[in-house]
This record gives sequence, C-alpha cells and structure tokens, in this order.
Amino acid sequence: MKELLNAKQIGQTLKKLATDIVSDTPDGVEIAVIGIRSRGEILAQRLAGILSEKIGGDVPCGTLDITLYRDDLNSPQGNQQPKVRTTEIGFDIDNKIIILVDDVLHTGRSARAAMDALIDFGRPKAIRLAVLVDRVGREYPIQADYAGYKTKEKPDKLVHVLLKESDDKEQVVVE
Amino acid sequence: MAVKGKTGQFKWERKHLLGLRELSAKEITYILDTAAGFEQISSRAVKKAPPLRGKLVVNLFFEDSTRTRNSFALAAGRLSADVVEFTKKDSSVSKGETLLDTARNLEAMGIDIVVIRHGAGGAPKLLSKYISACVVNAGDGYCEHPTQGLLDVFTIRKLKGSLKGLKIAIVGDIAHSRVARSDMWAMTKLGAEVILVGPPTLMPSQVDKLPVKISYSLDEVIEKVDVINMLRIQFERLGGNPFPSVREYSHRFGLTVDRMKRAKSDILVMHPGPINRGLEMESEVADGRNSVILQQVTNGVAVRMAVLFLVNQAAAQKVSKA
Repeated sequence: MKELLNAKQIGQTLKKLATDIVSDTPDGVEIAVIGIRSRGEILAQRLAGILSEKIGGDVPCGTLDITLYRDDLNSPQGNQQPKVRTTEIGFDIDNKIIILVDDVLHTGRSARAAMDALIDFGRPKAIRLAVLVDRVGREYPIQADYAGYKTKEKPDKLVHVLLKESDDKEQVVVE
Repeated sequence: MAVKGKTGQFKWERKHLLGLRELSAKEITYILDTAAGFEQISSRAVKKAPPLRGKLVVNLFFEDSTRTRNSFALAAGRLSADVVEFTKKDSSVSKGETLLDTARNLEAMGIDIVVIRHGAGGAPKLLSKYISACVVNAGDGYCEHPTQGLLDVFTIRKLKGSLKGLKIAIVGDIAHSRVARSDMWAMTKLGAEVILVGPPTLMPSQVDKLPVKISYSLDEVIEKVDVINMLRIQFERLGGNPFPSVREYSHRFGLTVDRMKRAKSDILVMHPGPINRGLEMESEVADGRNSVILQQVTNGVAVRMAVLFLVNQAAAQKVSKA
C-alpha cells in the first residue's frame, strides 16, 4: 500500500479546487455542489464550506445516489449488490452551475450515471466535474473540469480515498 | 466505479415476494430502506428512473382492485418497465383457462415480473414454482397482501421513527383480512405489539397461536395504542351473520369522533382503503389530523418500486450463478 496524499495534502487539494472553481465562475451565476455517494458526498460538503467562505454566501450542497443509473445494474455483480440510498437535493438545480463531486475519476461510468440522474432533476446552466483524484483508464469520453491529484496507476490497482467522516483516517492510498 | 463502501454486505436474494411471514426483520428493513431511496423520484421534475428499462411487468389480477393495481402499474412505470394489464373479466380466464396455462402463455411473451392477485391462498406460490419470471403477491385469498403490510410499516416508521415498542391495534374483520395478516407479521417482526380487535365471529380460528393479543372491545384498547389500523368491512366476503347489524358493528367497532377524543393525541389512524365512511370510520376521523390514509397511498408507490427493483436484482444475480 502506497500513500498518494496525506491529510494535509487532501485539505490543500480541496482548497485549490475551490480557488479554481471560484475564478471560473462568472459574476451573478449561482453555483451549487452535488456529491456522488458516498465519498463524493463528504468531499462535496467540505468543498461547499470552502466555497461559501470564499464567495461570502451560502453555496447549497446536495447528495446524489447513482445506483439506479448504473450501467451494470442488471449484470452479474458477484457478492456486491448495489444498494439504493437516498438522493438529497433540497434546492432547484435549474440555471445553476452544478459542481459534481466525486472522489476518484477512473472509467467515467459513475460520472455518466450521475449526469443522467442530475438532468432528471431539472436543467442546470452547466455541470462541471470536480474530483479529488484523476486516474488514467477512461472508458467513456468524460474528463474532469477540476482535477485535484493526477495519477497514472495501472487499471489493476485500487485507489482508495479514506476520509475521517467515513473511515476514521484521512489519506489517499493505492494498492 | 468509485471505491466500494463497507456497507451493503447484506444481500437481497429473493426473486419472489410471496409473503411477509417468511421474511426476517432484516429483510423487511432492507426493503423499507430501499423504498426510502425511491421516494424522491415521485416528487422531482422527471418522475422516472431507468433500472427496469426493457423489462416487462404483468399485472395479473383475478380479483377486482383499483388502488393496488394502479399503484403497481405506476411503480413499474416509474422504474421504466413496460406494463401489461391482465384482468379476469377481459381475459381467457373467463373462458376456462387455468392459472398455470395463463401464466405459461404470459411467459411465452417474455415477461420478467408477474404481479398477481388471486382469490385462492397460495396461488402466487404455486405460480412461482412453474414459471421462471419473478412473482410478486398482490393479495392471495385470506393469506397475505405483503406490499400493503410493507407500506403500512413504512408509513409508521417514517412518522414514528421506529416500530419498536409501539402498540398497534388492527380493528375489524380479521378473519377475512390478508392485510391484517401481512401487517401482523411485519409489525411484530419489527418489534411492535399488535392487538387484534373485533367481534369473536370475525376472528380467525387458532388466533391464540399468533404472536398477538386479542381484544373484543375497541373501547378497552383505544386509549393505549400508538397506531390504529381500521380494516374495511368486506361485505363481498362475509357469509352468514357475523354481526347483528351494520349499526351495531359501527357502534362497537367504528372509529368515531368520540372515541378519538380518548385516544393518544399523536395516534396514527390508518386504513387500507377503500373506506366505508360512517361504518368502520366516521368521515371527520378519516379526514382528520391524525389520519395518514393518503400518505399510505403515496408511500405504497415507493414501497412497490423497491419490491419490483429488488426481485429483479435477485433475478439478475441468479443469471450470474447459472
């Protein structure tokens, strides 16, 4: 197991993402953050907090469960059975710039599912993808607008983002 | 895909939902948790999600039903399945076709899930042995109506937080009620205490072997219970003279405004519908602030979505094992 990012670097990476998002957002356009369950949810909450401070206003934050939109839902799953969880988006997404947050971007399949799920909630002005870790190995034509840490780990490796809210420790590792 | 979480170790493995009696508390809770994830679909801009896209659901109803049949059709539609309606009146069942022949014919059309209501107890189970599609029981004889039981406990859990320790009265024609049976199994498994209330003539035989208490007086229990589920008097099923008159029944077992004054202020008033207003329940109570009857209907769609989704998931897993 190799460490890619430690706790401090995770914090710095999120701040960098927030800075880039703010500098890209035109005046007068509302932004909102939506995280993909489950690690994306935690990162989205942190990012929304940093963004709110930078902008000096409240940035709404929601959580998206993409299970129903997965493209492998009816394929054999082995011992992993997809579990449906709640989606909590307590605001109107119409005409907002939605920052879609996930922990790792790899094949692009989660991001595809998330975009399909999102547009069933309305018509955002734009969807931007922000990820903590950007891996090579895309299977769908999807790229991140805001990529924190880029890595070229081989497809057979597993990249884990561990966060204190869900895992009691804070690091990004590869095994 | 993102990193897999630690959760989700529990695996749903039933491709049929035949009754709640055979389910564990864990399985029931899993259905309710799944249903919670489906609730938001009915309130957003596009009231549809794709998990059953390309799947065919048949509503096979040998008995009249409006609410349950529509609720299943809506649930299937919101999951993007195609639905074929098949009712007794306009089918070849009225020409003498047997249940199994009907089912085999439907199967030849390539169905994935059969939702069946039948007057004979055990019909869904029989069907599940002969066809490869998933079978969901929408009411069989006096046995079970599992999705009604699930939507009832879902509604209670949502409003009370948990069923543990709650006292729940089920009032009326227990003997002819599959709703009472499914409710009883689900509620007791989730930790509630169930009291069956009704005249002795409308209690099932061997009621003493069930995990419930019995009372023949609504006045005795009305003050104690957290939830009261009023069953419909099913005139179409009543033979003989189970009670002297409708008026007397209503007097002794009806949920009146007067009785409600003695109930807990946060009591939940439930009814599986359709209501005989003025008989088992006065209109003021049915439309009153404790009534959750319409929430039951709303929750029914989410619960049925969860059931259709889960049986289909179990079927997808089976394919992987073959």
